Amino acid sequence: MRNAFAEEITRLATEDERIFMLSGDIGNRLFNNFKAACSDRFLNCGAAEANMISMASGMALCGLRPVAYTITSFITVRCLEQIKLDLCYQNLPVVIVGVGSGLSYASLNATHHSCEDIACLRVLPNISIICPGDVWEVRLALNAAFKQEGPVYIRMGKKNEPVVHNDAPEFKIGKGIVLHEGKDVCLLATGTLLPMAIEASKALEQQGISTCVVSLHTIKPLDEELLQDVFAKFKITATIEEHSILGGLGGSVAEWLSDQPRQRSRLVRVGTMDTFLYDAGDQDYARQAHGITSDGITERIRNALTDWS
Amino acid sequence: MDTNIQELENIAAQLRGKLVEISHTAKSAHLGSVLSCVDILTAAYWGILNIDPQNPDDPDRDRMILSKGHAATSLYAVLAFRGFFSFEFLDSYAKPGSKLAEHPILHSAPGIEATTGSLGHGISIGMGMAIAGHIQSRNYRIFSILGDGECNEGSVWEAAMLASAQQLDHLVVIVDYNKWQATGRSNEVMALEPLSKKWEAFGWSSYEIDGHDMGALVRVLNNVPDGSGRPMAIIAHTVKGKGVSFMEDDNNWHYRIPTEEEVVKAKKELGLV
Repeated sequence: MRNAFAEEITRLATEDERIFMLSGDIGNRLFNNFKAACSDRFLNCGAAEANMISMASGMALCGLRPVAYTITSFITVRCLEQIKLDLCYQNLPVVIVGVGSGLSYASLNATHHSCEDIACLRVLPNISIICPGDVWEVRLALNAAFKQEGPVYIRMGKKNEPVVHNDAPEFKIGKGIVLHEGKDVCLLATGTLLPMAIEASKALEQQGISTCVVSLHTIKPLDEELLQDVFAKFKITATIEEHSILGGLGGSVAEWLSDQPRQRSRLVRVGTMDTFLYDAGDQDYARQAHGITSDGITERIRNALTDWS
Repeated sequence: MDTNIQELENIAAQLRGKLVEISHTAKSAHLGSVLSCVDILTAAYWGILNIDPQNPDDPDRDRMILSKGHAATSLYAVLAFRGFFSFEFLDSYAKPGSKLAEHPILHSAPGIEATTGSLGHGISIGMGMAIAGHIQSRNYRIFSILGDGECNEGSVWEAAMLASAQQLDHLVVIVDYNKWQATGRSNEVMALEPLSKKWEAFGWSSYEIDGHDMGALVRVLNNVPDGSGRPMAIIAHTVKGKGVSFMEDDNNWHYRIPTEEEVVKAKKELGLV
């Protein structure tokens, strides 16, 4: 995803002189093309994220469209107050881009995991939160973000994620993308787990369970229209995210659900558990440790279906 | 020049009288911190800043960010006296529904450049403005007033390092060094000294002045950028509660509200009645 981001931001910045790229001392060669094309609009802010976010607000106050980029955990919770006050309270068009979200940097230990960022940012008024499901969605999210009047957080994976869409899907902030229709079960996947949700849906289909898959890339604002349809139609609706089951997509949907009249569908939340990991291991290992596997998802859906009937 | 300085001093006295009154009427704290930065603001707003109350959003204007947002009333009073908005609007301060809250909010009134209140943001916001000005080929300058207690915040020093690396010579930090923070002597709570040398060591062009000497303030502020190619730090030695003898250097006035009698007494001392 990060390569697609670097390409797209370079393209956009050559067209729009207001775009200014701030990096928190990462992406050494990643932005070489950007720096070549727009040398005076790239700044390595060092490992100083709080300052970087406040600076971005000052730039936006003077008419620029800054993008602040670094590892997700550092550009979200580390500088949460700067995001709250300088970006959200002042309601300024700054795009925050986090790379290596969820368990992407699993092997680096929980200092580099981000399974709480959505929960922390979601409560802030004025911000939009987008978790692109593949490189197409990264590019489209970025384009859409620059058309917003307020702050946008784009939560990316790392690199070499599977490509889900064959070409550019119709993309609108706050509108889910239905990838596959179904009758029994609906998988609402966001961000880096979209490919796994598709894999799980195929397994469920093979077991005779008709499964709808949605890329619910925007967590805020929630696509309430889609949720109305989904919860009226399916037996089971699962939220699937590389984030804690507390406060992320699952939490958002659960909150929304509690305000609705009785719905047909039962909610299953797939995500990381309310625990830190203390072991070494790569992203697959870490996902497994949290029960986030295609098999794990299908099993939970089957169990929920048994309970439902 | 002398008459000009005298005029500035008169304005500062009137501002102080109004600020004591506001604190009493609105039952609003932080009067000590408010009074310590009055001379800095007066010198800047009447002697230095390229601003036009009739055109407050001019993209080429100088920017003043009151990073120590708890001194909000000093900024509000200055903006009213300077003609950015009416005294009637100023008097709405802190009333329910008023746009003038106890800390400044962006766009709540003409002349307010940023939302402040949580410490350590204003210097970084100013840096963003400085870089924007540079790439847009605008010549404006950015002044950010920080409290000495505010220099406790780590983000201030993040900004200090990057601003000097970027040679942001249109960026100025003025530290209102009144020697107190909320609950203690600022140099005892944290090892603030040597403050001027700290800024110098961080790559800034650093100045130490008497923050109540109007002539000294005008002289140093008139010299921005100073030709060093570096951002400027002005350590303004001030007295908390300046101008009212029974408030001066008494940290109780971080939170105390003056009584009606104290307002009269203060105004007498300021030569206003």
